[in-house]
Formats: sequence, structure tokens, C-alpha cells
Amino acid sequence: MAKSIEVDNLDIYYGDFLAVENVNVHIKAKSVTAFIGPSGCGKSTVLRSLNRMHEVIPGARVSGNVRVDGQALYAPGVDPVAVRRQIGMVFQRPNPFPTMSIYENVLAGNRLNAKRMGKSEADDIVERSLRGANLWNEVKDRLGKPGMGLSGGQQQRLCIARAIAVEPEVLLMDEPCSALDPISTSAVEDLIHELKSEYTIVIVTHNMQQAARVSDDTGFFNLKAVGEPGQLVEFNPTTKVFSNPDNEATEAYVSGRFG
Amino acid sequence: MSTTIDPEPEVEQAPQTKPPTRAGDALFSGTALGAGLLVILFLAGVGAFLTIRGLPALDASGDSAYGEPNIWKFVGMLLVGTVYASVIAMVIVTPLAIALALVISHYAPKKLAKPVGYLVDLLAAVPSVVFGLWGLEVLAPRLLPLYKWLNEHASWIPLFDGSVNQRSLLTAAIVLALMALPIVTAILREVFAQTPRAHEEAALALGATRWEMVKLAVFPYARSGMVAAVLLGLGRALGETMAVAMVLSATGTGYLTASIITSEAPNTIAAFIANYYANASGAKINTLIFAGLALFLLTFLVNFAGRWIATRGQVKG
Ligand SMILES: Nc1ncnc2c1ncn2[C@@H]1O[C@H](COP(=O)(O)OP(=O)(O)OP(=O)(O)O)[C@@H](O)[C@H]1O
Ligand SMILES: [Mg+2]
Repeated sequence: MAKSIEVDNLDIYYGDFLAVENVNVHIKAKSVTAFIGPSGCGKSTVLRSLNRMHEVIPGARVSGNVRVDGQALYAPGVDPVAVRRQIGMVFQRPNPFPTMSIYENVLAGNRLNAKRMGKSEADDIVERSLRGANLWNEVKDRLGKPGMGLSGGQQQRLCIARAIAVEPEVLLMDEPCSALDPISTSAVEDLIHELKSEYTIVIVTHNMQQAARVSDDTGFFNLKAVGEPGQLVEFNPTTKVFSNPDNEATEAYVSGRFG
Repeated sequence: MSTTIDPEPEVEQAPQTKPPTRAGDALFSGTALGAGLLVILFLAGVGAFLTIRGLPALDASGDSAYGEPNIWKFVGMLLVGTVYASVIAMVIVTPLAIALALVISHYAPKKLAKPVGYLVDLLAAVPSVVFGLWGLEVLAPRLLPLYKWLNEHASWIPLFDGSVNQRSLLTAAIVLALMALPIVTAILREVFAQTPRAHEEAALALGATRWEMVKLAVFPYARSGMVAAVLLGLGRALGETMAVAMVLSATGTGYLTASIITSEAPNTIAAFIANYYANASGAKINTLIFAGLALFLLTFLVNFAGRWIATRGQVKG
């Protein structure tokens, strides 16, 4: 089910503005890949181009190749909607649908796949997804309550449950813990460890320790220079990036000596 | 001893004295308050005038109630006509305005959305008389074949029963719908555009199509705003006078019928007053003013409900 992602010569634009230049990366199936780097260097931009969410911004486009298990993501006949159903995404700020109950929030993606769902099947999906997101025990008695009534950390795990409810092949996470307290953060990190056995995960994080803890591979992004596009400076196994990186800038960044 | 050497009195006074007000601020808040009070005063004045001049009509009957046995039957008839025409107008305008507002806020590229929005706004600048003329001369004759067809094939539905007339309630309602379109669309457009980006992206990232995104993120968020928009549009339609007075062929208060394609519909309050005021005298004037009072209260209520729902939705959302 999990799939690998191959990125070749990817340039990403907002209108005429080249935000990220020439990204080449191989993301392995059933692994956790972390993107780190200073603010504004294009981590989110690259992440969003992996499930074609980038193009929902007016004027935004990419050039280059992204292949998921060999299938070109940006080939002419490919429907972005279908892509997004297979590549789930969790955002920086928890964004459950405010008018929906916890139960309906989990099922939101499944309901889109027009096929009719029986009550018991729906119950199963909700329980499986909420257990998968480490949230089941906290909410099992109030599934009918609004998702907005949960704490921030719980909301974020609800969003993860919603993303895995459709059993995607890849899960993209953009700073999923930045709005969370340390306990919720550690719950989400545990979750990422567990999810790795079934999903390919790409996570953007500003937290170096988090990248070191959860990821197998790490990509370091940086701006070429002020006003220049961002680029992927280094991509290596996480242990190497944090102990003996190839690039000086990476070394400076991970050791906190970054200007 | 100069004041700078002894700061104590100032320190003690500091918590009590208000922060300095700038002249501009004072001027502005003064003007705003004045304008607000003036509006309230004006509204109260209108209400008082309508009540004082209208109440004598309470015992109107027969001739002074335009042929109705009593004032309640008279006002009731006209209220039915007013509400009926306006509600039909809303039924027509709501889907149209939602579609238009969605196109402007979510579907059309920016380059197209702006002029479309502008065009719809422009519709609000067309005088009511022009709408009336257009409805009478252009729209009504073109609708007649449709009415005939409906009457022939669907007269078992009470809406399409009776003897067909092109200057019917439906024609008036369609004109009303067009007149309410700009305000309803403008409000809906604002409401839709305020959907948080995060909710839209949540839907899109789950693999929602644009329309599914609208259903999942935009409509639930906009629900109370949509109700408010329709109610405010209704308020506009209820009081509309000229166009209805010109288009509708109802004589007197009209007849109580469900059919919307005959001339025998009940008249609307505003149109009735416009048509009969010029020739009214004595007790009839009181009767007409009483009808005006009823309309005043009705529009006030509907607008109030619209505002109330709009603000309640804001607090919640
Ligand atoms: N919607 C947008 N329109 C135009 N430019 C954008 C948009 N979003 C991002 N950019 C630009 O693209 C570049 C990369 O932004 P991106 O959000 O990918 O950075 P990031 O690495 O995720 O930063 P952060 O760590 O702060 O989240 C920045 O120069 C940013 O200004
Ligand atoms: Mg970012």
C-alpha cells in the first residue's frame, strides 16, 4: 500500500516567483522523511507539491517530475482530486470541520468516495482510525460531539485520524506538532512511529530533535541567498545528517550555529 | 514651586483622568452617535405617524375598507399577497444568488469574478420603474406561453390553476427576484469569501472536488449568513412598490387564490397603496396608512431577524 516518491528537477513557482529550485529526492516507501530548514526556504511548498495541493493557490505551478511508485503525478491525464485521495495531508494548524461531530469528521474523506457505507462499516472505520491516531480512548464516549470541542492536540490527532481513515498511500505532515504541547507532541511522534509500518510519511518540522527522533531520512532546505529561490541542500539518512553531514550549512543549522 | 518639581498630585490623579481624546476621535464619535440617534428618532417618528393616523381605521368597513367587511380582512388579504409574492421571489432568487455568489467567490478566475460582481451590483442601480416597465412590456408577454403550457399540463397543481394572465403574481415575483438579486448576491459573496482557508484546504486535501469542497467547508460555515442574506433580500422584496404596482394586474385587494399565473391573486400592500392613494380621501386614507403600518412592522421584523441571525452566526463562527 505504501508507495515511494521520486522527485526529479522540480521547480516550484508562485506566479512568476520561483520559490524552490531543482529539487531531486527519493523518498522510500514505509519510511519517515523529515524536511528541515530555516523559515521561508520552501519546505511547505515542496510538501504541497507532492499531493498537488500547491496548485490550489491561484497562479501556482510546478515544472519537473514527481513520480509515485513510477506513476507521474503531473502527467496530463492525472486528476489532482484522485491524487489527493491517495496522498493524505495534515496541516500545521488543526483544521477539523467546525460544524461536524468527531464521528463525521473522521468519515469526511470516506464520504467523498461516493460509495455507500453501512452503519457498521462506518463505525469500524471510525474506531480503527481513531485508535490509529491514539485518540480513541479519549473520545469514544463523545463521538457525537463537535470536533472543535477538543483540545488543540486532540484536534490535531483527529485530523490525523481523518487523513488515515481513507487509507492513503502517503501521509504528508506540515509541522503537525507546532501548535501542540510536549505531551501531545510525544503522542503524535509515537503515532508517526506506528504509522510508519503502513504508510510512507513525509514530515516538515522546525524541531531538530523531532526530526532526529522520528525520521529515517532528512532533507535540509536552505535559501541560496537572500531573494534567491530555496533549494534542497542535502538529503541523507537522518543519523548522518545529525552526526556527520556532507554540507557545511547543514552542519551549522543542525548544531544551532545558523545565522 | 513649579509643577514639575512636585509630581505627586499628578500621580494620584492619573488613574482617574481619562486618557486624552484626540479632536478627530471626538468629532467622529460625536457624528456617529448623532447620526445613530437621528436614525432612531426618524424611525420612531415614522412609527408614531403610522400608528396615530392608522389606528382610526380599526373600525373601517365596507367602502372605507375598500369593499372588505372589516380592516383585518383587508390587511390580511394584502399581507397574504405581499408575503406570497415575496416568498416566491425568494424561492427564485436564492438558488440564483447562491450560484452567482459562488461563481464570484470560488469558481471564476479573479479576472472574471470582478466584472461579474460589478455587473450584479450595477443591477441595484436600475430604478424600480424601469424594472416595472421591463416586467410589463418585455417579460410578461414572453412568459405567457409558458403560463399557458403550465395551465394546460399542470393545472392539477393549485399553483397553476385558474385563468391565465401574463401580469400575474409569478411575473411580479420574477421581477422582484431580479431586484433582490444584487443585495442577496453581495451578502452571500462576502459570506462565502470569509470561509477560512484552512477549512477549504482540509476538504481539498481529502480529495474533495471543488463542489464537494463547497459543500464540506463553505456551506456549513456560511449557513447563518445565507439565512440572513435571504431574509434581508426578503425585506427588500416585501417593501418593493413601483415594479409590483406596474406589473401586477390585481384589482382591489384581489382574491384569495393559490394560483400564481392568474390576475386574481391578492394584491401587495405597497402596490395597493401606490395604486389607490392618489384617489383616497377621508377614512380611506386611514385605511391605507394602517396597511402601511402593517408593512412597516413586517419589514422591520424580517430585517431584524436577518440582522439577528447574521450577528449570531458571527459570534459562533
Ligand atoms: N501563497 C503564496 N504566494 C506567494 N508566495 C508564497 C506563498 N506561499 C509561500 N510563498 C513563498 O514561497 C517561499 C517558500 O515558502 P514556504 O511556505 O514553502 O516556506 P517554509 O519553508 O514552509 O517556511 P516556514 O518554515 O516558515 O513554514 C517563501 O519565499 C514564501 O514567501
Ligand atoms: Mg511551512
